[in-house]
Amino acid sequence: MTDFLGVYFPEFFYVLCGLVCFDTAFRARKNEEAKIGTIIFWTLTGLIFMLGKVIPPVVTGSMLLVMGCLTLTKQVKMGKFAEAAAQSKQAASERIGTKIFIPAVTVGVIALVLSFVKYDAVNAEGVATPTALNGAIMTGVACVLALILAFVICKPKISETREDTSRLLMQVGAACLLPQLLGALGSVFSEAGVGEVISNMISSVVPKGNIVIGVIIYVFGMVIFTMIMGNAFAAFTVITAGIGVPFVIMQGGNPAVIGALGMTAGYCGTLMTPMAANFNIVPCAVLETKDPKWSVIKAQVPMALMMIAVHIILMLIIGFR
Amino acid sequence: MEIVKLIGVAIIVLGFALKLDVLAVVLVAGIVTGIVSGLDFFYILEIIGTSFVNNRLMSIFLIMFPVIAIIERFGMKERAAYLIGKIKDASAGKVLSLWIVIRSLASAMNIRIGGHVQFIRPLILPMTAAAAEASKGCRLTEKEDEKVKGLSAASENYGNFFAQNCFPAASGVVLIQSGLAVAGYDVTLSSIASASISVMIISIILTMVQVFLFDRQVKGGKK
Repeated sequence: MTDFLGVYFPEFFYVLCGLVCFDTAFRARKNEEAKIGTIIFWTLTGLIFMLGKVIPPVVTGSMLLVMGCLTLTKQVKMGKFAEAAAQSKQAASERIGTKIFIPAVTVGVIALVLSFVKYDAVNAEGVATPTALNGAIMTGVACVLALILAFVICKPKISETREDTSRLLMQVGAACLLPQLLGALGSVFSEAGVGEVISNMISSVVPKGNIVIGVIIYVFGMVIFTMIMGNAFAAFTVITAGIGVPFVIMQGGNPAVIGALGMTAGYCGTLMTPMAANFNIVPCAVLETKDPKWSVIKAQVPMALMMIAVHIILMLIIGFR
Repeated sequence: MEIVKLIGVAIIVLGFALKLDVLAVVLVAGIVTGIVSGLDFFYILEIIGTSFVNNRLMSIFLIMFPVIAIIERFGMKERAAYLIGKIKDASAGKVLSLWIVIRSLASAMNIRIGGHVQFIRPLILPMTAAAAEASKGCRLTEKEDEKVKGLSAASENYGNFFAQNCFPAASGVVLIQSGLAVAGYDVTLSSIASASISVMIISIILTMVQVFLFDRQVKGGKK
């Protein structure tokens, strides 16, 4: 038996994501501006979600190119939507009361409960290993249950819910694809060997033997490289091998402490880079900030700079005990 | 000429700085990097396509949108404002401080509470905004509103990033261990996790400092 829960069941939830995109594409037919482009964009997005595992990767890549051309030429736009009247929201709020929080809380509680579930995944050789559920299943099941509860509690009109969902998705727009696309860019970078080039450059200019300089270079190396790659994990492998080990650990640093602090030093970089789109740019769209790119990063920069200083000090104190 | 491989990084930095279309910038960066590194064009498309599909989990939050659509239309923000309004001396700083403690401890125990779509937009932001208005006594200015959104999103990131490695089986901890093992250092997962605790505590304290400074700013802006 193949691993149904690990391989096929998550696809069900990606199909639901695809349906949300299709419905938005369908709504785009009412767009006054950029109608065709917007319809094509969301249809392609839906297709990639729904049939991602079936479409040959070259075709998916080409579809992404088409989508890139559409956004570049400003052919993907938000339609006009009628906002729900403030009065009707207030009235609904008074009628439903605190029960309105049940669906939102359900998402958290169910995802939490499911994160403890383990099942025996059987691999091709027939060996069973206890495995946690796929993340798509956790979020997916939780959201579907929450949606059912929201329908029971609020009894919304389907047409209104579809309108509002399309509005939310169009508002987030192409930004919702950025995290995935940057992940893809990271794959190209690693295939091309970009990491090695950078670590060679850094290690050729840094003097060995001075602990303080070594720690500072390691911390900043993690921060800067994470900002470039948008991902501390990618940076850690490259920078720890290239700088952390020769300049800090081999000078007497405790490997466990230096490694642990090196990773969280990288997270300081994550707080400051638009490359970490899922943490910094998508939230701008989700929270509808005025500035579509930098609002979250602006709030985070002071914290990140303080934490960088904290990391250097901690590494020197508890890393060399 | 190895250094030419960095052209993708340059394209990204320039493209983001000049506020060009992000999707196109990322695609161009990937394709140009691949080509100067001698990869075949269609092979590059294949890498991009494969990786994009494998990363779909990052966008699974789309299926939460209908839920948000319903609860917002039926007055969830209004209800949050009403409840927060009943609490004596609520403030944005207090709401976010409570949140960062809950978020960090949950993250340290690998409990999945959080997410900008799942938690911040439907729950934390409405409460924080309502609390900020309650403490100010009048509507927030556009600038203050923007800051509330930024801080709410930021607190989610702080709690997520700086606490997650306190859990010994967190993916970051496992990666640290394997990275060190490759370099010839065998360390235990729990020694890495316990070395991460100090960072979590300091980050919680600094978060509180940041949000309480914002409180003072909001109250000062009343006049």
